[in-house]
Amino acid sequence: MDKRLPDLAAAVAPITDGASVMIGGFGSSGIPFGLIAALLDHGARELTIISNNAGAGETGIATLLREGRVAKVICSYPRSPGSIWFERRYEAGEIALEVVPQGTLAERIRAAGAGLGGFLTPTGYGTLLAEGKETRMIDGRGYVLEAPLPADFALLRAERADPWGNLSYHATARNFNPVMAMAARHAVAEVRAVQDTPLDPETVVTPGIFVQAVTQYEVRP
Amino acid sequence: MTGWSDSELAARVALDIPDGSYVNLGIGKPTHVSAHVPEGREVIYHSENGILGVGPTPPEGQEDPELIDASKRFVTPAPGASYFEHADSFAMMRGGHIDIAVLGAYQVACNGDLANWATLDEKFPPAVGGAMDLVAGVPTILVMMRHTDRDGSPKLLERCTYPLTGLGVVTRVYTDLAVLDITPQGFRLRDLAPGIDLDHLRSVTGASITT
Repeated sequence: MDKRLPDLAAAVAPITDGASVMIGGFGSSGIPFGLIAALLDHGARELTIISNNAGAGETGIATLLREGRVAKVICSYPRSPGSIWFERRYEAGEIALEVVPQGTLAERIRAAGAGLGGFLTPTGYGTLLAEGKETRMIDGRGYVLEAPLPADFALLRAERADPWGNLSYHATARNFNPVMAMAARHAVAEVRAVQDTPLDPETVVTPGIFVQAVTQYEVRP
Repeated sequence: MTGWSDSELAARVALDIPDGSYVNLGIGKPTHVSAHVPEGREVIYHSENGILGVGPTPPEGQEDPELIDASKRFVTPAPGASYFEHADSFAMMRGGHIDIAVLGAYQVACNGDLANWATLDEKFPPAVGGAMDLVAGVPTILVMMRHTDRDGSPKLLERCTYPLTGLGVVTRVYTDLAVLDITPQGFRLRDLAPGIDLDHLRSVTGASITT
């Protein structure tokens, strides 16, 4: 088995207009900047972007928003310092926004990857973000039923990979990447070092079964 | 009238963090608490982006752009640190494994309701981050904030007017003027800042205070 692709363009080639795309990262850490730039060149439009943040400055997800490629953002924290392109599109009513508590976002993504129909969480119970959702009392405590969140594609950032698609990460660049790999129908990773030999099975964080393609991209932000 | 400076307030919060605690510090003022923890106490800091054991800022030139905390500041791993993915990180928070969270707030009500994620201004897109998960799972929630808004209106209230982050979740509030516990009888005074008297404190608080 060999999941290595020659370049970033080949990795994003299957992404179609209207696709839902998970993008790993938190702040500036663990974001697949190379794959995002390739997606911008590729030209897919009307995308639903699922990520923790909504981009900052003129990099990453902000470039997709700037070029009008995004129809909807699902995230926990869109309003970071410098998230001007998100704010501009949001204020103009050009994009839809779904705000999800960060832990609920991670768990909804994990649930989709794990084949679950949802889960009950105390997070958000009694707040605006639970309005219209089913609730249940368990041992005197209120819980909210949250649905799984799958996606068509995931763009990931990893430190090392092997031809089988096994991934390991660097420091806090791990964040959402492992759960997004699980939840997407087609997950592709830009990897600082793709090696010809197998990773030590003890060091594998994301098993290759969750990853459809890897491509080398040495640049670390 | 004097009250506590930001750094004195951080030191006051730090006094209440016991040795051996697992602690999450929210963005803004709470990040300053770690610098004031008394000598001899080992406190392990959790940052929701996937590190347990957040250490000091690295020396200039040795920053690793992929090693940051939830405030997006460059950090180092403390001895005994670990890295993990987001679902595990929030299991630590929601699952009751973190002992204490220190958070900022827009408003706190006398029943412990917390509002710290959205205002009533619809121009600003809401941004919740990990706040709702923290208050859902962490047993001790310490709030650190100015006693009043910029326009002087009270932030400690009978009922919050902003959208809630969690219901009845706050343990204690630290402001520039006082430290107050949340009790079944509402706000109870624990400490007054130097130069502040109780009459003044009551005049800038939107709910009653017991002593």
